[in-house]
Amino acid sequence: MQKLLVSIAIAATLGLGASAAYAGTLDDVKAKGFVQCGVNTGLPGFGNPDSTGKYTGFDVDYCRAVSAAVFGDPDKVKYTPLDGTERFPALQSGEVDLLVRNTTWTMSRDTTLGFTFAGVNYYDGEGFMVRKSLGVKTVKELAGATICVQGGTDTVTGLADYFKKNNLQYTPLVIDKLADVNSAYDAGRCDALTTDRSGLAANRLQMKNPDEHVVLDDIISQEPLGPVVRNNDVQWFQIVKWVSNALLDAEYLGVTQANVDEMKGSGDLAIQRLLGVGDNDFGKSIGLGKEWAYNVIKGVGNYGEVYDRNIGPNTPLGLQRGVNAQWNKGGIQYGIPIL
Amino acid sequence: MAVADAGRISSPHDRWYNNPTVRSIAVQVTLVVAVVATVWWFANNTVTNLRERGIASGFDFLGKRAGFDMTTFLDTTSQSTYGYMLLAGLFDTIVVAILSIVIASVLGLIVGIARLSSNWLIRTIATVYVEFFRNIPPLIVILFWYLGVLATLPNIKDAIQLGPDFSLSNRGIFMPRPIFGPNFHIVVIAFAVSLIIAWAVRRWAYARRMATGKGFPVGWTALGIIVVLTGGVFIATGDPLTFEIPVKTRFNINGGWTVSPEFASLFIALGVYTASFIAEIVRSGIMAVSHGQTEAARALGLHGGLVLRLVVLPQALRVIIPPLASEYLNITKNTSLAVAVGFADLVAVGNNVLNPTGQSIEVVAIWMAFYLGLSVIISLAMNWFNARIALTER
Repeated sequence: MQKLLVSIAIAATLGLGASAAYAGTLDDVKAKGFVQCGVNTGLPGFGNPDSTGKYTGFDVDYCRAVSAAVFGDPDKVKYTPLDGTERFPALQSGEVDLLVRNTTWTMSRDTTLGFTFAGVNYYDGEGFMVRKSLGVKTVKELAGATICVQGGTDTVTGLADYFKKNNLQYTPLVIDKLADVNSAYDAGRCDALTTDRSGLAANRLQMKNPDEHVVLDDIISQEPLGPVVRNNDVQWFQIVKWVSNALLDAEYLGVTQANVDEMKGSGDLAIQRLLGVGDNDFGKSIGLGKEWAYNVIKGVGNYGEVYDRNIGPNTPLGLQRGVNAQWNKGGIQYGIPIL
Repeated sequence: MAVADAGRISSPHDRWYNNPTVRSIAVQVTLVVAVVATVWWFANNTVTNLRERGIASGFDFLGKRAGFDMTTFLDTTSQSTYGYMLLAGLFDTIVVAILSIVIASVLGLIVGIARLSSNWLIRTIATVYVEFFRNIPPLIVILFWYLGVLATLPNIKDAIQLGPDFSLSNRGIFMPRPIFGPNFHIVVIAFAVSLIIAWAVRRWAYARRMATGKGFPVGWTALGIIVVLTGGVFIATGDPLTFEIPVKTRFNINGGWTVSPEFASLFIALGVYTASFIAEIVRSGIMAVSHGQTEAARALGLHGGLVLRLVVLPQALRVIIPPLASEYLNITKNTSLAVAVGFADLVAVGNNVLNPTGQSIEVVAIWMAFYLGLSVIISLAMNWFNARIALTER
């Protein structure tokens, strides 16, 4: 029903809207006083409401970072929880200003949906979770199994590709809502659950008995996840893109939430440019204030801090940095310099 | 114009724009132009905006490879096209709708009659049934069956054996699948022939009873003809039917026929839910038949069952059919609640087509067209049936 409404909303906005290129997301956001951010309906560590209904997580902190850059306050965000099939219509229709919801950057999404991806905040891959008692060690052993998967995701496609390539049979059970996928797997309706490996780590914690389940080592696809915006507003796209880069640059330069004030006095010219010290005013070119990046780091910390706080080794998810470490630490995360 | 002006006295002061015919034509034309212009304006804006935003549009995607797998009744693979996937979804919707309509009608008729029973226990059970299911939203009824009943069945490893090769678990019901041999069509023909013979016997018996008043055991004779003829040909053609037996594998039970819990919960839920409404329709239909009819039939010596079957129900049907049609439409539309349990109906498949293609407007248009088509077919069928059983005025 909600989907139908959203689709009607799309039809209405597209049908009613005058046909000039639209470029006012920043002005709209400033006028209404908050960023409307599309997030997961409930994926611990990435986008999940806590017991008081407040959203927290890795993706949620990207929404907060954008809010900090625009308003100087990370909490001027309103969240729209979206499941796999609802997320794209919601962004197309303008129901959300920004979508940060474990969304894989693919060519078709980038070119045919009217979107553009603003970066990669997590390099991921599709994996599988099974019950330990099955004794399965690799995905190829899953021939003949029933596999639960969330509808409307590219995981569905990755799964079909892999089993076709390896000429294996399986029975898919495609369910729209993430919580329903999890509960079906947990009830033994499926032998395996597939999604991005980061998601599996989170889903495992939602099982009745997490220790009975194991995430297989195999990774069957590349899943670069990142924030998405509409492609009709270059300025808003630049804001989200450069907020993402600022988070990475800050970690690379050693600027943290704790030392950001102190770092304003740093003699490092790269840090001065990042924090808008002296006559550096990079915010102006994207319609923001001089201290946009300072506000981001003050508000949510740098990339490493956001990672460690939500999904890092010391959290229940316990995800190692791996490929998501900085390029000089053995990973492939690489901030574009502010210069 | 001459007709419209017939009663009027013509006056030289009449202006052409005061002429009622001209006015009414002008109003109609203006209205049509306004409607067409509005629709055109919306469509044009939509197309322009879609193009400017770089969102794909049009129905070309229907011919492209879908690239995802769903468990449907028709054979689909990731090689199937989006269009074929949507048809498979439509087929699933139709299957669930038809089966639910059948079960709801049978159950609704029984419960509706039971509500008027003179037996207190039967009447009360029927009332409780109606009040229970009628007052719960259909989604909750579906979830009740899916999560509350079928999901609590044992795991596949400890499946309940219902008989040899029949088993029940939280993965569904597994049963042998019939495989039709090369000569099976002869059996089908024999069955059709036996049906025709049985029908002829019935006609003959009816004509004889009308002429002579002598009865004839039509039911038993027909059953005998069908069983003997079809069974005889079946044996004569030499085992035209074999069964594929479901086999336990490492994870699943493979082969044979599977009734998935997703399908079962949707079908049962829509059946029992709508039966409660149909029961009320049946009850009101029966109560609309004057009690005098029952008394007159009794006076003629008919017993209870015959009174109901020959006198009351045929008259009640005239009251029952029109509201029954809208219940059938409701069932068909409620099948879209399948998304809640992961059954691959038209909407669930559409969601998965909508996502990789991003063509929500087109997919929603296809949904609407398909549901509208189904509803129109049901309405036409019910109207035809209604006309057939209507009281013939003499």
